[in-house]
Amino acid sequence: MADYLPHTREDVEGMLAFLGLGSLDDLFAHIPEAVRLSGGLDMPEGMSEPDVAAQFSRYTGANRAKASMMTCFAGGGAYDHEVPAVVKMLGARSEFVTAYTPYQPEVAQGVLQAIFEYQTMVSRLSGLPIPNASLYDAATALVEGLNMAHGATGRSKMLISAGVHPHWRAAAKTFARGTGHEVVEVALREGVTDWSSVDATGVAAVVAAYPNYLGVLEDMTVAEQLAHENQGLFIMGCDPVAAGVLKTAGQWGADIFVGEGQPFGTPLAFGGPYLGLFACTTEQIRRLPGRIVGETVDSNERRSFVTTLRAREQDIRREKATSNICSNQTLMAVTAAIQLGWLGTQGLREVAIRCAQGAHYLYAELMTVDGVSAVSNQPFFREFAIRLNRDASEVLSSMAHDGVLGGLSVSALCEGDDQSVPEEISKVMIVTVTERRTREEIDHYVDALRKAVSQ
Amino acid sequence: MTTRSQPGARAASAPLLGHATEPTIFEMSVPGRSAFQLRSTGVPPLSLEDLVPEHHRNGHAIDIAEVSERDLVGHFTRLSHRQFSVDLGMYPLGSCTMKYNPKFCDAVAADPGLNSVHPGAPAELTQGWLELLVSLEEKLCVITGMAEATLQPAAGAAGELTGLLLMRAYHSAQGDARRRVLIPDSAHGTNPASVTLGGYEVTTIPSTSEGLVDLVALKAALGPDVAGIMLTNPNTVGLFEEDILEIAESVHDVGGLLYYDGANLNAILGVVRPGDMGFDIVHMNLHKTFATPHGGGGPGAGPVAVSKRLVEFLPGPKATRLANGTFDWVRPARSIGRVHGWHGNAMVLARALSYIDVHGADGLERVAKHAVLNANWLRHRLRDTLPAAYDRTCMHECVLTATPLKTRFGVRGLDVAKALLEEGFHSPTVYFPLIVDEAMMFEPTETESVQTMEALAEAIERIAQRAIDDPQSLHRAPQTTPVSRVDEARAARHLIATEDAAQRMSL
Repeated sequence: MADYLPHTREDVEGMLAFLGLGSLDDLFAHIPEAVRLSGGLDMPEGMSEPDVAAQFSRYTGANRAKASMMTCFAGGGAYDHEVPAVVKMLGARSEFVTAYTPYQPEVAQGVLQAIFEYQTMVSRLSGLPIPNASLYDAATALVEGLNMAHGATGRSKMLISAGVHPHWRAAAKTFARGTGHEVVEVALREGVTDWSSVDATGVAAVVAAYPNYLGVLEDMTVAEQLAHENQGLFIMGCDPVAAGVLKTAGQWGADIFVGEGQPFGTPLAFGGPYLGLFACTTEQIRRLPGRIVGETVDSNERRSFVTTLRAREQDIRREKATSNICSNQTLMAVTAAIQLGWLGTQGLREVAIRCAQGAHYLYAELMTVDGVSAVSNQPFFREFAIRLNRDASEVLSSMAHDGVLGGLSVSALCEGDDQSVPEEISKVMIVTVTERRTREEIDHYVDALRKAVSQ
Repeated sequence: MTTRSQPGARAASAPLLGHATEPTIFEMSVPGRSAFQLRSTGVPPLSLEDLVPEHHRNGHAIDIAEVSERDLVGHFTRLSHRQFSVDLGMYPLGSCTMKYNPKFCDAVAADPGLNSVHPGAPAELTQGWLELLVSLEEKLCVITGMAEATLQPAAGAAGELTGLLLMRAYHSAQGDARRRVLIPDSAHGTNPASVTLGGYEVTTIPSTSEGLVDLVALKAALGPDVAGIMLTNPNTVGLFEEDILEIAESVHDVGGLLYYDGANLNAILGVVRPGDMGFDIVHMNLHKTFATPHGGGGPGAGPVAVSKRLVEFLPGPKATRLANGTFDWVRPARSIGRVHGWHGNAMVLARALSYIDVHGADGLERVAKHAVLNANWLRHRLRDTLPAAYDRTCMHECVLTATPLKTRFGVRGLDVAKALLEEGFHSPTVYFPLIVDEAMMFEPTETESVQTMEALAEAIERIAQRAIDDPQSLHRAPQTTPVSRVDEARAARHLIATEDAAQRMSL
């Protein structure tokens, strides 16, 4: 019998007596017998913490992909970046961890100000003036962006580059079942979106990724023109680390920026909780999804922060709300603000450059390996796609025996065939390098891959 | 028994220091200062010019802030001191289930054997994670009385929308286009917002004066174009919908489905199961019922469990136990697709499983019973100060009303809520549900002691006395908090969402 309940037997008896009841079951007497569960839940009795810990050590033991057993060269929106002790400890402060949504701003200035600082950083990274306080992840941020474009244009046609992460595109298609949006994917040719034959008439949004999920840095000019010449919105899905040195979404003329904020202080964590980054132009402010924190004053004219423009939100507008989001990813947003504060202006740039340096070094080495070739000859940033002489899943399995998580199988990521890689998709793999990978680790990667493709 | 409030029940010793404004990190920035330290890699240092073509490069560095590690720690520690939290004191926020978050569950999630695993790693390398997810899914299905579940939705609202898309997929598969979803007028705002995004229209069902769904109105609203109904049971005023079997039968009779909003699942763990009440789709808020920390507004997790006839439509891929005892990702036959970028908020899922395993069948039942006991004790204890909107046995929360204080002294629920902050308690949920005048919704949760609740009751009685003696002081409350009452209208009128906003004031 284990739990965290404070009541002694005497407490319970005294409380029941205060209520004029004889037993705890009397509290449920008004519930129809027909729906009452008899015999309790069909699951084991409670266990003490150390016993549960022993159970969990079985799970952790069976995860061979953990950092202590494998060096990570996988990315695709989830990156193995440095998270220093100072960020872990500040982000784990229980005042941030165990607070609720800041509905009472007088006792929530800590979270509110941290979100304000986060919003400022997102705005600067995106080059767009109106950020929000976070969404679930990049995939759902894109979905919110599409809904915003629908609201802004009254149209439903969404042109999405196949260079957008396959999971983001999949989520867009799932939610389109409810909104009725027409999601049109635009195929890639040698790693670059082929906008040439696209009919963008009546488009609500044109969506492109920067870099795209195969790592390629595409020129955003064509997509931007396609959107705006047809009075649609231009949405860019960006790698926020690369955004430390690349042109911002705002500079490319985007109306909406979405991105995956996991690289800023959140561990790989098997995919969540992550952080949906979102920012847009001032024109779209009344359609902003989720919460936004604004600066104001208190009754003594002291600077204060509060969630604002609340009239857009579901608890007030109900079926006419701009989004249904309530809980978001505040703790990850606060952590991102701390991590970015730790990196600072110089550190963000340094991390971005080091990722690119490692990726370019590895790419050059791999191009000398028989059985490995490039998917695209276009410029890339911190990850790239390679074509192998056998299935990527087999190569990954082989490399795992050498302690290397070699990348991501594109057909696994796409869950089948895809317009991003029309030919022999099962042989294509995405390889990622972060600032944490040493030359020694990269050289070992090359050896492991050489071995895998020569088997 | 006379209950005495216990020392330490009130968080009135915080904050530590005064009312000074904390500068923003940008105001603290000094050019040239830095905190970051990176690994020595030995990778050839190509220049940015060699790595990125010119037309992709930003002409200037993105300005973040430049602070030392010491200043970073000082800043965020001071911010944390300006923040109420469950760890600091009682947080009786109705409909939010702000129970104690066991530290053990956080420690479980911090294990590198879980949190250093890449979500895209092949299933053969992540067998532990897959087994964990399957175990959680199985236990959530036992708790709710359902067949299978998806763990992908990242929060309750995401679960709602997922559930509505499942409803749509089910009806479509029958070749049956339906138009409307019924929702009680007491429902949380996410319900109608989700219905719209699910492609349906909302039909609102009124509540009776007893706070329950009006069965006559419900039956009148039913028809062949009704896709389903979304219900919370116990409902948002904390009462159990006793006619639930009749409601279920009526909805099923017209071919509709029943959606269970799990916001209030804490009240019925091990006592009643949604599946046994006739529900077809159930979302759970793991950050409420299963004690995962709210993180200042998120992350949550909103798994959705379904009855047999909806299993084939569940989002995928889904962690699945194979016949040979290993685990793999499997896409359900007619899956609606992905509702999350990866597999859901995995760390939240791991925390919830550890919480469930510690409690087990017996502990979860005690959780529900003590939660209901606490809410009823508090309702009864406060009956002379803040009467209950519905004077009957409540479940895990009670909706009280400040109408008498408003009528007699001009003191509103909001004033009471703000004054409670000065007393060292978080305020209850105010003005929700919308159908109750001057609503103050208290959810003490099972982890607060009776002595702590007594201290809360005494604080409310002191505030009620202040309403008699000096009502003006309550309109000015709180004064002892880091900031006093915040001008929300001004924030909306002149939006300042970033440090760079033009209208920003200096410190």
